[in-house]
Parts: sequence; C-alpha cells; structure tokens
Amino acid sequence: MTETIYKYQDVGRNYQKDLLGKWYKDLSTANEKKEPVAYLFISGNISELLEVFGFHLVYPEVNALQCGVRKVAGDFILKAEDTGYSPDVCGYVKNDIGLIINNNVGPFGKMPKPDLLLCTYSGCNTYIKWFEALAKFYDAPLFMLDVPYMWNGNIDADSIRYLTRQFSELIPLCEKISGKKFSMERLQEILGLSRKAEDLWVEILESSKRIPSPFDAFFEAVFFMAPIYVMRGKKECVDYYKMALEEIKERIAHQIGPVPKERFRVVMEGPPPWPHFRNFWELFKKWGVCCVGSTYSKVGGIWDLPLQGDVPSDKCFRHDPERPFETIAEYALNCYTNWSWDMRVRMMEKYLKDYLADGLVIHSVKSCRAFSVGQADVREYFSKKLNMPTLFIESDLADPRYFSEAQLKNRIDAFFESLAHKRGA
Amino acid sequence: MAKRFEEILDGCKQIVQDTNLSSVSDWKGARKSKKAIGCFPVYTPEEVIHAAGMLPVGLLGGGAIEIDYADSRIQSFVCSIARSTLELGLKGRLNILDGVVFPSICDVARNLAGIWRRNFPTMFVEYVHFPQNITSAHAVEYLVSELLKLKTGLERMSGKKISNDDIANSIKIYNENRALVSKLYQLRTKKPWAISTSELYTIIRTGRFIPKEKHSIILQSVLDAIEKRERKQRDSLRVIIEGSFCEQPPIELLETIEEAGCYIIDDDLSLSSRWYEEPIQLNGNPLESLAYAYVHNAIKSSVRHNHTKPRDIVLVEKFRELKADGVIFCSAKFCDPALFDFVLMKNTLEREGIPYISFEFEEKMSAFDNVRTQIETFVESIMFFA
Repeated sequence: MTETIYKYQDVGRNYQKDLLGKWYKDLSTANEKKEPVAYLFISGNISELLEVFGFHLVYPEVNALQCGVRKVAGDFILKAEDTGYSPDVCGYVKNDIGLIINNNVGPFGKMPKPDLLLCTYSGCNTYIKWFEALAKFYDAPLFMLDVPYMWNGNIDADSIRYLTRQFSELIPLCEKISGKKFSMERLQEILGLSRKAEDLWVEILESSKRIPSPFDAFFEAVFFMAPIYVMRGKKECVDYYKMALEEIKERIAHQIGPVPKERFRVVMEGPPPWPHFRNFWELFKKWGVCCVGSTYSKVGGIWDLPLQGDVPSDKCFRHDPERPFETIAEYALNCYTNWSWDMRVRMMEKYLKDYLADGLVIHSVKSCRAFSVGQADVREYFSKKLNMPTLFIESDLADPRYFSEAQLKNRIDAFFESLAHKRGA
Repeated sequence: MAKRFEEILDGCKQIVQDTNLSSVSDWKGARKSKKAIGCFPVYTPEEVIHAAGMLPVGLLGGGAIEIDYADSRIQSFVCSIARSTLELGLKGRLNILDGVVFPSICDVARNLAGIWRRNFPTMFVEYVHFPQNITSAHAVEYLVSELLKLKTGLERMSGKKISNDDIANSIKIYNENRALVSKLYQLRTKKPWAISTSELYTIIRTGRFIPKEKHSIILQSVLDAIEKRERKQRDSLRVIIEGSFCEQPPIELLETIEEAGCYIIDDDLSLSSRWYEEPIQLNGNPLESLAYAYVHNAIKSSVRHNHTKPRDIVLVEKFRELKADGVIFCSAKFCDPALFDFVLMKNTLEREGIPYISFEFEEKMSAFDNVRTQIETFVESIMFFA
C-alpha cells in the first residue's frame, strides 16, 4: 500500500521547524550586528512591547527544551551540578547554566549575550532565581516585571494597574538600550498580528472536539504552539497558523488523525519529558490514545477559555490594539501556572467534558514545582470525587535521569487496559 | 522575684515542644470565641491579623511527624515543611486555627495555599502577593491593595471593622517585640557564650505561639536574666548560618553545630520574627507604612528579590561587619530559593577567600554524626591551617 501525500501534510510540524531554524540563525549574528537582544520567558511574556524596539528575543526555556529534545540536556545539567547546583533544583535552569559554561553554544548554534534581562515571572518564582543567576553571569540590566498570582480567580484592576505602571517604567529602559523611540502605532500593528494568530490557533485547538480528533492537543500541540509563544506579533506567525489550520482542515476532510485509529481520548496535565519525548508518545500511541486537551499548551497564555475579570464575561482573551497596555497586562496574568489551583481544576474539568475525554493523565515533573505541587491532590479530586479515570505518572521535563521507561510503561498499560476492560472492548 | 534564665527557658521549651498548640487553645479560652490564624513563613503580615484581635500562629512545620496522609497529596520531591504542615492539617492537629495565610515566597508555598483551600473548605485561607519589583514606584501601592484584601477578609470573618488605630497599635507592639529580639541577637553576636543559639532560637520561636505583648515580657526578662548568668567563653569559631529562613532545622542540628566548636553569631532562623530591619515608621496610613517597610526595609532573604543589592554582597558585608570566621549553608532539602542562592553566594565567598561549608537538612533528620564530623573538620581547618 502506498501512502498518499496530501497538499498540507506535515506543514504544521515542518514549517514550524523552518521558522525556529531561521530565528536561531538570526540570533547567532545579533551581537555582531549590534542589534539589541533581550532574554525573557514564555509564560505571559510581553514580547509585543519588546518587538516595538526591534529586540531579538532569547527564551532560555526554549533553549532548554531544545537541548532536551536533542539529547544534550543531561550533559549540561551535570556541568551545572559540578559548579554547585543541587540535584534537586529545576533542570531547565541547570541546563541553561550548563549552556553558559559551554560558551553558550548549543545544538541550535551560539546564543547572543543579552542587553536586557526581562524577567516576567508569570506563574513561576524559580524564574526569579534563574534570572538573578543570569544577571551575575552576564552583568546585563535586569528588569523584574512583577506579575501577581491569580489567587482570587480573576483579573483584578489592582494587578492591571500595577502591571501597566511597570510597563511605563520599562519603556524608557528599552528606549535607552535599543536607541529607538517607543511608537504606539507600531505596537498596535504588532498586537493586531498577535490577535490574528491567536484566533487561528484557537481554531486548531478546538478541532480536537471532533471524533476522531484530527489533532493531538498535547503531543502535536507542543510543536504547533511554538510560533505563537516565540514569535507572536510577527507576520510569519500569522502565515504559519493559516497553513497549519489548512493542514488540520485537510486532515478532517480525509479523516486522518494523529493515531491511525482513535481508541481513547484523554486530557493531559503537565509538561512533556523532553529528553524522551518520542518514547513517551509511543507509550500512548500504541493504545490508540489521542490527547484532546492539554494544560501544557496553555503554559504561555490562554485564549480558549473565558477571561474572568472584575466584571465577569464570557469573552476569551485576545491581544487588542485598542487596549494595548491593558491587554498585554491581561496576557501576563492569564497563563496556566499563574492560575490558582481552583482555576486549573476548572480548566481540566471543562476540557474533559467539552472534548468528550475518557480520562485524565497527570504527568508530574520534579523540576517544575509550580506545575507539579498540587497535582497529587488534584488526582484525589478527579478520581475520588468525580470518579474520573485518572492516571498519575512521574518523570522530568529536562533531566533524562528521571525517566524510567519500564515503570511508565507498566502504569500506562495498566491504565488503558482497565479502561478497555470497563468498556468491554 | 526575677526569674532565672534556666526557668524562663524551661517555660519556653514547654510552649515550643507542645505539639497540641495548647498555648493557642489557652489564649482562645473556654468559649473559643477568639480566632487564631496560622502564618506560613516568611513575610506574613502578622500586624494586620493582630489588629483584628486575632492570634497569629507560626506554621513552623511538623518536626518528626510521621507522614501518613500528605503523601497522597504532595509528591516526595517537595520540602518537608510543605508536606508536614499539610500532614498536621490532615491529622486535625491544626483544628484550633480558624484560618491560614500564605505569603508569595516560592512556588511550593503558593501551590500549598491552593491545596489548603481545597482540603479545608471551612477555613479562612488567604494568599498575599509581595512585590518583587521593589524598584518600581508602584510596588508600595500594590502591596497596600493586597493588605487591604487581607484586612477585608479578616473583618468579614470577625464581623468587626479594623481601624487604622488598631493597625498602628499592632505595629507598635510588633516594633517593640522586634527591637527586643534584635537586642538579644546583638547580645549573642557580641557575647555568643552568654546564650547559645539553640537557647536563643527556642526563646524566639516561643513568640510564634503566644501574643507578642506576652512574648515581649519574656524577652525583657531574658535580657535581664542573662546579665546574671555566668558562662565561660570557649575557643569556638564564629560562624554565620544561611538558608534556614523558612523551613526550620531540627534543634539537635543547631546543638550539633555548636558542640562541634562553633559560635553561631548570626543566622536566618525563623526570619518571620524579625523581617524588618528597622522599626516601622508610622505615617498616616498604617497599611501603607507596613507596605513601605516591606518594599524598602525588609530583611534580605532568598525569597525577596533585590537586584540593587544581591544576596552575596549582603553576606560578605555581614561577614566582615560581624568579624565572622566562616559561613555554614544550612538549607532545607528541595528548597529552590536557598539552593539556587547557595551557588551565587559560595562563588563570591570563594573569590573573597571566605571559608564555608554546606549541607542540606530535613525536618525528620535524626542522625547528626556526619554533620558533626563535617563541622569538626571545618573548624579544625580554619583554626589550625588558616
């Protein structure tokens, strides 16, 4: 049997790879060309604002996950531990320190030095410790953008005011470093592009409501989400999502999905184990599992669930050129690990229901306590209170040493066997 | 008649070793109409709770408590204090508390607040975000809004308004207490033989379970009694302890460090008792005074970002000022903030030629021989080879 090649087949995966490749290549020459470079995080970032000043953006987290996927994270982590970092602290940070010790050369090329370290620590306090360390290594100015936690389950006026006022303190610093004046028109143009990409991305995510799902909202989403988190506000990003959506439409038209025959639909909570990504996926694939919803794909921002503001509404978040600073602030607050546990639980419940899932899989990673602490408690809630089949497994997102394949396989097999049994299949 | 030091210390020991929080039930009285609020370390604004007529109670972990229930709710790769505090709650040993307040010190404390809200639905659970952009002109204003939320929540619980005068009065009481604590600390730095750190720590820790007014009386009597105490000066090393700002090491660990030949002349134990470096200046709006004090005068720690003066510089300055001989990093296992800061600080110590050692502890740690040997070697290497 010969495989049919469709027009948009694998576009989502391949075009994303090309874009990231080009982005890394641009980074490698930024210092030489004397173009400004800013380091920042994925979660709730304010990249649109930096884009106005023409900053090249470096995401240490993306570097860390790239090192994981390309199997060099283990070495970098050991290098960092040799200099005194504890085996128990976040593997992403240690990977990044190892990269610095390695003269900032990774599998993606050489990273430029930062002219600005912008720590938006949405949902992760370890980000603070991470950038404090980078400030020591690079002797670059550090701006600590303080993002309050969404403990009360809503976007409140105090937090928005605090954030927008910090933006007005950040802008002069960006002007000084980049030598460029702030332009409101340029910002609005960028935000318009962000919004376009966001609309398209949500359409892709919601395609998983179909049975069978044309898209894996975890194992595929982690690639499909790269452009929106890394190059939001650029034209290429919008182009990417147009093409990626075409691929999804094509899959729907031809009844193709991420697994040959969809047997189980699950919601995935937690990040992937990057150093063993493929093996991990295979453990699920062989059971015909499709992840129809995931929380990790919301780690940077959330566009598919209503934003709870001081005035509740059913509107989902979008960057808005008409409310530039307010929406950038809303975005900073509204990312998954900056959500309170009540909100996180509601998201999982909603995905389980709206996407007609058979169970919840919780992948708990040691490195990221912001993600993990509370997951075991949530398992209690879903399995005991809601009677939802829930699988709880542990490894790590960065450190290859914590991935025990045989153990994971046992647990995953047992879970889906029992689901199959219950169904009488 | 004035009490002897040992008598006072015994009284304190009874309070801190009592796992049933009897001091809290005694305070609440027979009718239990008064409220007590648990305070997670480090920067929980006890003054606001005190002003509400409630008793702030320190949550300092579960010591050697057996973990039977918390394991099913928190993974094993998390610090002891988070797991043991939850265990205390699940075992019903914190039932005397009417609420719990968590400050934004780390991801674990933050997420624990969420776990708490789900598992103890009848308790008042609040989370306070402390600004980390302390150079922003708007940090104080933001913190005021956070403190207001806490105040409103407490008012709703008690049904009584908290006035500005109430808060100002509580700030004064806490200022006085902190001044006495700081006097005791200074005395120990100057004459570490007069009071050991395990003794000092027991006395300070007592203040987390009784009203501050009462604790201040104890502190004053300790200061008086120490004068009459005759203790011989030993030939010990003057060391600074770093890394115990939140989770507390077992008291035996402190004793081991001292027995192995060290005078602990400064530490960050139970930092909550002295989190302002100077008395809080009252100026009009007392919540603003509190917020201003956190942003501008809070004691430096690994859980408060201050880029204008990094932690390693603070440590080196302290080392010189106190004429210390070495630094002991004593960090809780799995404590991200302490373990990340350790690397930056020890790099600077190495550059400055300042001796240090480091180890991690857990609450239920029970064997101290390894630590003893490590410290004895450290002491010898400085005394005889430096």
